Amino acid sequence: MDVLSSLGDGFAVAFTLQNLMLALVGCFLGTVMGALPGLGPSNGVAILIPLAFTLGLPATPALILLTSVYYGAMYGGRISSILLNIPGDEPALMTTLDGYPMAKQGMAGEALALSGIASFVGAFFATWGLVFLAPQLVKVALLFGPAEYFALFTLAFATLGGIASRNQAKAAFAAALGLGIATVGVDGQTGVPRFSFGEVHLYDGIDFLVAIVGLFALSEVFVFLENHRGAAEAEKDQVKIGRVTPPLSMLKKTAGAMSRSTVIGFIAGVLPGAGASLGSFLSYSIEKRVSDRDGTFGKGDPRGVAAPEAGNNAAAGGALVPMLALGVPGSGTTAVLLAMLLALNITPGPLLFQQNPDVVWGLIAALFIGNVMLLLMNIPLVSIFVRVLLIPPKYLMPAVAMISFVGIYGISGSTFDLMVMVGFGVIGWVLRKLDVPLVPVILGVLLGDQMEKNLRRAMTISDGDWSALFASPLAIGLWAFAFVGFVAPILFGRYFRVKRRDEEHVGD
Amino acid sequence: MSDRIFGVIGLLLAGFYAWQATLIQESFIQDPVGPKAFPFIIAVVLAASGIVFVLKPDPAPDWPAVGRIFEIAVTVAVMIAYALALPEAGFVVSTAVAAAFLSWRLGAKPARALAAGIAISVGIYVIFHLVLGLSLAEGPWGF
Repeated sequence: MDVLSSLGDGFAVAFTLQNLMLALVGCFLGTVMGALPGLGPSNGVAILIPLAFTLGLPATPALILLTSVYYGAMYGGRISSILLNIPGDEPALMTTLDGYPMAKQGMAGEALALSGIASFVGAFFATWGLVFLAPQLVKVALLFGPAEYFALFTLAFATLGGIASRNQAKAAFAAALGLGIATVGVDGQTGVPRFSFGEVHLYDGIDFLVAIVGLFALSEVFVFLENHRGAAEAEKDQVKIGRVTPPLSMLKKTAGAMSRSTVIGFIAGVLPGAGASLGSFLSYSIEKRVSDRDGTFGKGDPRGVAAPEAGNNAAAGGALVPMLALGVPGSGTTAVLLAMLLALNITPGPLLFQQNPDVVWGLIAALFIGNVMLLLMNIPLVSIFVRVLLIPPKYLMPAVAMISFVGIYGISGSTFDLMVMVGFGVIGWVLRKLDVPLVPVILGVLLGDQMEKNLRRAMTISDGDWSALFASPLAIGLWAFAFVGFVAPILFGRYFRVKRRDEEHVGD
Repeated sequence: MSDRIFGVIGLLLAGFYAWQATLIQESFIQDPVGPKAFPFIIAVVLAASGIVFVLKPDPAPDWPAVGRIFEIAVTVAVMIAYALALPEAGFVVSTAVAAAFLSWRLGAKPARALAAGIAISVGIYVIFHLVLGLSLAEGPWGF
């Protein structure tokens, strides 16, 4: 088959000593980033991207390093969920419900091993899904003209903001803010400066890496400063790890949960905007409905650990489908990954599959390799990651902040950029306090340029006739989806959120 | 209340942004839409969502006490000072000072914070400069 031979070429790219080493380093760093409470995959990838650039890696190795970080972080989130009852990142939230009770019953080792295997199953099959689905989606994407792309970007904002946020107006505000930031600089079509206030530094626009690192990583530092200073270090119970190989009977018992959740998670990941959090949430709630006959969920049922972990890792793989095939990220972390691609001068989308097949398939092969590495790392070596959790934030956060500065300074060598980054850190902190989601801001900064370019191209083709945006059935379909994606959470959001809150409290 | 204030700020921002958009010069290269239309669309979305915040605010978040906000402000000032000091004092010294400050404000005792600051700075220098060959800011002493 065509796809399989492309994948074979991909493995040839990925199986060089350098790329394997990078995958190993990426998996390790990713797991650490994911495990540390507060530093989720988005932050982890955000901090490491500028570093990958300053090291001057070529495109494919840089991609391999950073996607390994991405998958690693999805694995890592579960560790602190299980051991400390603190999710390392949002998608790992559902894992606390049964993971922590298992740990308290002295089965921390089993829970860690089981969740590692579930993560592997979810990610492994989702990567196969990516292999087969992405090329199909590329065929559809080839039918897209500028008007359809404009509608598609709108769809991404509508759903990403809609599902991720509690308030549609805030999601819309966040998207507009990001798009506004993207318009700063010299206009690509006409060459006139916009919103630069005569400041030469702003002629090139605001580098999205500066915005991302500021919004995600530095705002996290401010949140820590607000909450954790002076507070007595939470007594971190040294949970006994116990045996790290789950008994075969446990694997048998959870096999159904894993396979169901993999499918659910993958679908949740492919849908624009939903991402890994929804994947783990849906997997857990559906699994509970399907198999919780004697009310053991929430009290340390292994199926309640396997389901969300398979679900969230499958969603992580699924979210790469629209990101690679259409250039539209399906989740917050894939938005950060998109930033990395753009910074490498690679524009995801159908042309990428035709012009740079080595990049795409090398990347996908690296995902398979990374997954196997992660499985091997996360079963026998899990105690190393557990030790990382014991670093107190008062030493960890300064290091994170300083590494963020190093990354950005390394790219530009500009003091001005560092100050802009600090500014974004403050904005990020305020927005988080006000419950304004950050992901649409990032998406706006990332996609603004492409979105405007497609709008203006569509208008040039139609000679200024705005109805051209709704001319094709494909475009109308995308607009309809965008509308539903934005409006549906307003109508059903309350029900969904109440339910979700109920689930979250099960573990209390 | 926070949301109402935020909404008004959003409206002001939208107004300012739209006003700035009117000042964009037209160029002789022109497409049917021009460089102003997209910013105007954004301004409309900003303004519309600002109005929603004013009319339908969420419950206010827990804002930290004034002292804590002052502390964040001082930290921001230290970070700006760090950015300005980097090319002057070099990476190792500036980073050690900034990291020590952060560590201290996050709850470490002064002596331990200083040790942490130096350790973080030297650690990053060794890994990223000596091992990975990244060029960090050089001060008067060459590091």
